[in-house]
Amino acid sequence: MEIIKPGTHIDFVGKRKYAYAVSLILVAITILALFIRGGPNYGVDFAGGVLIEVQFHQDTTAQDVRSAMADLNMAGASIQRFGAVGHNEFLIRVQDTGQELEGLTNKVHQALAQKYGQDQVDIRRVEMVGPKVGEDLRQKALFAVFYAILFILIYISGRFEMKWMMSLAVSAALMATVILLSHIGAGITWLILIALLVTLAVCFILKLQNALGAIVALIHDVSITMGIFAVLDKEITLSIVAALLTIVGYSLNDTIIVFDRIRENSRKQRKMSLAEVINQSINETLSRTILTSGTTLVVVLCLFFLGGPVIRDFALALIVGVLVGTYSSVYVASPILLLWPDQAGQKSGAPSLKGSGNKKAKA
Amino acid sequence: MNRSIKWRALVVLAVIVVALVYLYPTVAPRDKETNEPKLPKFWQKVLPTEMINLGLDLKGGMHVVFEVQVEEAVDAAMDRNIEEIRFTLRKDRIPLAEATRNEAGQIVLVLAKPEHLDQVNKILNSDFRFLKTVSTKTEGDQVRITLGLDPKEDERIREWAVSQSLETIRSRVDQLGVSEPDIRPQGKDRIILQLPGVEDPNKVKNLLSKTARLEFKLVDEAHSVDSALRDGAPPGSELLYQTEYDPQTGREKKTPFLLRKRVQMTGEYITDARVALDQYNQPYVSLRFDSKGARLFERITGNNVKKRLAIVLDDNVYSAPVIQDRISGGRAQIEGRFTMEDARDLAIVLRAGALPASVKMLEERTVGASLGSDSIRQGVTSIIVGMLLVLTFMLIYYRKSGAIADLALVFNVLLIAAALAAFRATLTLPGIAGIILTIGMSVDANVLIFERIREEVRLGKTPRAAVDGGFSKATWTILDANITTLIAAIVLFQFGTGPIRGFAVTLSVGIVSSLFTAMFVSRLVFDYLLVQKKMKHVSV
Repeated sequence: MEIIKPGTHIDFVGKRKYAYAVSLILVAITILALFIRGGPNYGVDFAGGVLIEVQFHQDTTAQDVRSAMADLNMAGASIQRFGAVGHNEFLIRVQDTGQELEGLTNKVHQALAQKYGQDQVDIRRVEMVGPKVGEDLRQKALFAVFYAILFILIYISGRFEMKWMMSLAVSAALMATVILLSHIGAGITWLILIALLVTLAVCFILKLQNALGAIVALIHDVSITMGIFAVLDKEITLSIVAALLTIVGYSLNDTIIVFDRIRENSRKQRKMSLAEVINQSINETLSRTILTSGTTLVVVLCLFFLGGPVIRDFALALIVGVLVGTYSSVYVASPILLLWPDQAGQKSGAPSLKGSGNKKAKA
Repeated sequence: MNRSIKWRALVVLAVIVVALVYLYPTVAPRDKETNEPKLPKFWQKVLPTEMINLGLDLKGGMHVVFEVQVEEAVDAAMDRNIEEIRFTLRKDRIPLAEATRNEAGQIVLVLAKPEHLDQVNKILNSDFRFLKTVSTKTEGDQVRITLGLDPKEDERIREWAVSQSLETIRSRVDQLGVSEPDIRPQGKDRIILQLPGVEDPNKVKNLLSKTARLEFKLVDEAHSVDSALRDGAPPGSELLYQTEYDPQTGREKKTPFLLRKRVQMTGEYITDARVALDQYNQPYVSLRFDSKGARLFERITGNNVKKRLAIVLDDNVYSAPVIQDRISGGRAQIEGRFTMEDARDLAIVLRAGALPASVKMLEERTVGASLGSDSIRQGVTSIIVGMLLVLTFMLIYYRKSGAIADLALVFNVLLIAAALAAFRATLTLPGIAGIILTIGMSVDANVLIFERIREEVRLGKTPRAAVDGGFSKATWTILDANITTLIAAIVLFQFGTGPIRGFAVTLSVGIVSSLFTAMFVSRLVFDYLLVQKKMKHVSV
């Protein structure tokens, strides 16, 4: 059985301008959503505060729950239904306002037990994160993403362009600078964002094409996933960051498969322009791309529908990531290679091949 | 080729057997009482016995991070130094106008008579070597000496405070009878606790974070409580309260006591604390002191007969009974309006000892057992359904080769589970998600190989050449792709804690094992079919 017939030839490279438009729109939506929401919707893990998951053994509404807690002076608390309606599960979230978080769970439990009855209330889960720890975790997450990208930069530049030493030196320099600046007390979020941009610039200047393509695709994927979360107003928790790092790995997986083909084909087909080589490579790997994305998607959909409410957001992040990741390998990473049409990806000493002369960089 | 197939088959067989051996304890029937797996005697001696370790989010339990307020320990040490300086100087008849601790934590001594300065310095240098003179100022006819703590000693006290807090908390947890608690330090001043299967997380939290500083202080009989409430406590005395909580009305009653500040004795001499019932069947806590404490207690009670001695715990007055007579024999009683539960908790806390400094709870994650078992159920369902879908799909799309991939997939899951048991890694809910993700992604390696084989077949190559070509061309691609995902997983492991680590572990293990099954095991099966069964046509 074959989904993609051999000899299929879809002109991906030719249509890339439409893809740029789509990407731009998605990224614009992301930025807009983040702007409107005032930044990412940090869960307790990063913003600090208390999260209590309560299940009632009788039907009730968020309103009722709120009124049961009226005496506790927690006006700023958010109470949301969680999971299916019949389950009567609610999430009570209290922002960290500096008040005594430690005894809060107890007080909430007592207040609810008074109104509903001791055995009608089941505290399923509690997460309390003090502000210091929240700040810590936020920084750790950002550093983690940055380091992952640097390591990946080294590996790709090495494997695809044999530029091990250069990429190692560059990464080491970037890492050292970031660590130094963070100790001096620079704001970590902005520091990492700027560092990422610098990394991209460095890749561009040093002609680390494959790394540049891969990293731009990565940033593209992670941003759009966060954008979707911002649009849907879902919380960013530790699990979501884990999902984002997984997306980083997965998107890369995909991108490398295509790059690998491009490398192989540009060695074989000396007479073709880079654009044509890319097109052919993508078409050849199309079957595999659809299959793997397909199976991964099927499996993550299982998680989404069957895995229970705690894992659901995590599964959602992965679904978006897989879809966008596949798309970006074709339409974001590969076209970046076209910035250097006469290099065709490796040091084979091939005569320079004039590309389609299109110097338009991916926006 | 024959010999190589045999050897490789043996390797695979060996791996399967080892994996099954590691997995058996998890699936073996359990002993009804201890919930431990029932393993035959010979097994217990030689073979592994660990079950897969479930994380707190699957088992239910508490995860708490405490921060030890080490500053308090340093301040307390300085206070003790002040007492000793006072005592020593008094012996040598050197009057002190003032001896206090300032805001920076330094000791400030003001000498009444400046001519004593040299003598004082000599005493400080010989008996108080850890105190360094920061400044000496003459103000009129007084001399003000500021003393700071030697930084090494400061460091030592902080470290001691943390390790002592760790031990005390450990002791309290032991007495609670929590099974398999995990208590360890983190960084310079934090302690992480993981307590699985805790029934009442609130009580445990309270118990663990109670400083439990027991002090005996004399009631200030010379002044009246009322005038102190109005105008403030006279020098050398303080107002402390006895809080009584009436469970029926839900109200607190606070009774003020005026006590002499000076601590007569602390709880450090307590060797045992037990709950007992008095003649009205009310619970009280009976204390026993060591010999030094017994002597001290005897002296205090002997010197203050008919006066009241207040028993103060964490600056709360428990009771202030009248000393009827000198008490020797090293026993004392703490009475109050206790419930049996309160009395037991107090006894635990006194037995384990006081925390050298208070602890602040920085982070808490508690998962109830009901959520835990729900999560397991949902996680396992997802795995089973996901696997079935993928297995079926591979069969349909790649036919016989699909069957080979399916075999590799099942083997993969087996390996992951066995590796979790073998490394005693913890399986968490995100970890289950990691297994499911691996199922989806491990298919990728096989897909890459099979697509290449298809290409080779299309180019007209013989089955053997097609398989060879497919595998060799795909190998580096597979490695490249998987190594980058592995990088992301390793970074996750480094930065993550608890559940996230569980995810990173299963993801990493899954990647490594899927590399093994796709490249080694699938290859083996193909070779076997080609050579032994002389497969004429690659069904892919």
